[in-house]
Amino acid sequence: MGTTVINIENAVVSYRENVALRGVSLKVESGEFVGIIGPNGAGKTTLLTVVNGLGKLLSGRVWVLGNFLTPGNGHSLRKRVGYVAQVENIDPRMPMLVRDVVMIGRYGVLGLLRKPGKHDWGIVDEVLKLVGMSHLAQRPIGHLSGGEQQRVAIARCLAQEPELFLLDEPTASLDWKAQTEILGLVKQIHDSRQLTTLFVTHDLSALPVACDRVVLMKDGLICGAGPPDRLLTNENLSQLYDMSISAVEERRGESSRV
Amino acid sequence: MDLSIFGYQFMQNAIISTFLGGIACATIGVFVVLMHMPFIGVAMSHAAFAGALLGLWLGFNPLLGAFALSLLTAVIIGPLADRGELSPETSLGVIFSLMLGIAFLFMGLMPGSKSGALELLWGSILTNTRSDIILLAVVAVVVVGLVFVFYKEIQATIFHRGIALSVGLPATLILYGILFLTGATITASLRSIGGLLIFSLILNPAAAAYQLTYSMKRMFLLAAGFGVLSGWVGLLFSYLFNIPSGATIVITSSVIFMIAVVFSPKRRVKGWQEKPATEVK
Repeated sequence: MGTTVINIENAVVSYRENVALRGVSLKVESGEFVGIIGPNGAGKTTLLTVVNGLGKLLSGRVWVLGNFLTPGNGHSLRKRVGYVAQVENIDPRMPMLVRDVVMIGRYGVLGLLRKPGKHDWGIVDEVLKLVGMSHLAQRPIGHLSGGEQQRVAIARCLAQEPELFLLDEPTASLDWKAQTEILGLVKQIHDSRQLTTLFVTHDLSALPVACDRVVLMKDGLICGAGPPDRLLTNENLSQLYDMSISAVEERRGESSRV
Repeated sequence: MDLSIFGYQFMQNAIISTFLGGIACATIGVFVVLMHMPFIGVAMSHAAFAGALLGLWLGFNPLLGAFALSLLTAVIIGPLADRGELSPETSLGVIFSLMLGIAFLFMGLMPGSKSGALELLWGSILTNTRSDIILLAVVAVVVVGLVFVFYKEIQATIFHRGIALSVGLPATLILYGILFLTGATITASLRSIGGLLIFSLILNPAAAAYQLTYSMKRMFLLAAGFGVLSGWVGLLFSYLFNIPSGATIVITSSVIFMIAVVFSPKRRVKGWQEKPATEVK
């Protein structure tokens, strides 16, 4: 662990009438792997958008990678922050190959008016190999399965050579095998590239076991943070998801059986 | 076939106009097709038509009115498309019908002959003057030039605005830039193709190209080729059968689209994906 790379102080964000974050403070150290869990609509995604400068703060202050976030410096910050969202619906006829899509990750870093060169294509091929997608590099992006598309999304993110790795429900809607593989891949990348990772999910079973720390979110507030084994008790989860303790026990028993 | 007609100045002007307009419209069409916003283009072209009629009625340059009103539509629609939260089709439907209503209102209010107004509706490429060509040339060069210079930013924005934003590209600016260029292209082509038909020349060549390739660069090139081809073949038929050129150009572009659909390799997408099924034991 090292320096603080994310420091959010009392962030309030609202979309239309809904308050998505009601005063959230969070500090993340360099190299940490933080899992953020909570029910749908808890403000988890909004928290990630605050980190990459896309969320509009009503009040509060945010420092990311040593920069105080202002509405103007989001673009330059996002070049250093990788972001993987849920599986997107991609038009099967979209005229772009997997390799082109991964190259998008380089575009921000390259800057305006500069075309990708040999060096950039080298990076793209390397990250495709890392996520095990080299054999599909020349396929149209729309032809890939959900799990394959997430690998491409992770490759695109790595092509950016980010310092921060943000994942927003990357395994939602994936089957069990793909989910397991993506989680393993994320952990492997986090370790090998010494990234700082924020992993958002509403699904406990999709929470990587390797989290250094877990943050619980509900109704736009952080309602708990700490090491996973201490924090993820049946009592805490029952409060978090508004379920009875017996229902949580039963549910967890079920998932441990598989 | 007597082709001496092509020696005349007005015919040469028409050939150059369709070449420039075909390229500009088809390039815009690639954005419209890939960003799934055909209705935006339709609404903007009808707004341009209404704006031009406003100009005719009040006695200022119709093209100025066309440009202003199509941009106004873009300014209203842009945030809807940008937010992408709710389907913008309903608001677009309202704007579209409003624009058409306004257009016919101006036409009704206009005193005297309506021929100028009808020309804007059907288009009259055979009366294109040097200044029309210069305007089309400027727009075509700007559109193609910007695509060339900002290709990677445009490609990323077309692919997915959220992803483009998240890698640090000014995707919102690019979206509005694209809407601005759409307005400019529609305005410049309005007199040649007409307010009712312009949108087919934007959509059809790009939609045809979309059927045929998995490369975005090739899609831009094919679309431009189809746009020019539609213009030239349409012009030829218009002359041969003595029928309105706007109509023949649009019908030609639709026929090209249909042929592209028939020969599209993308119709076999399923076959490409098929893998032998394994049985669970």
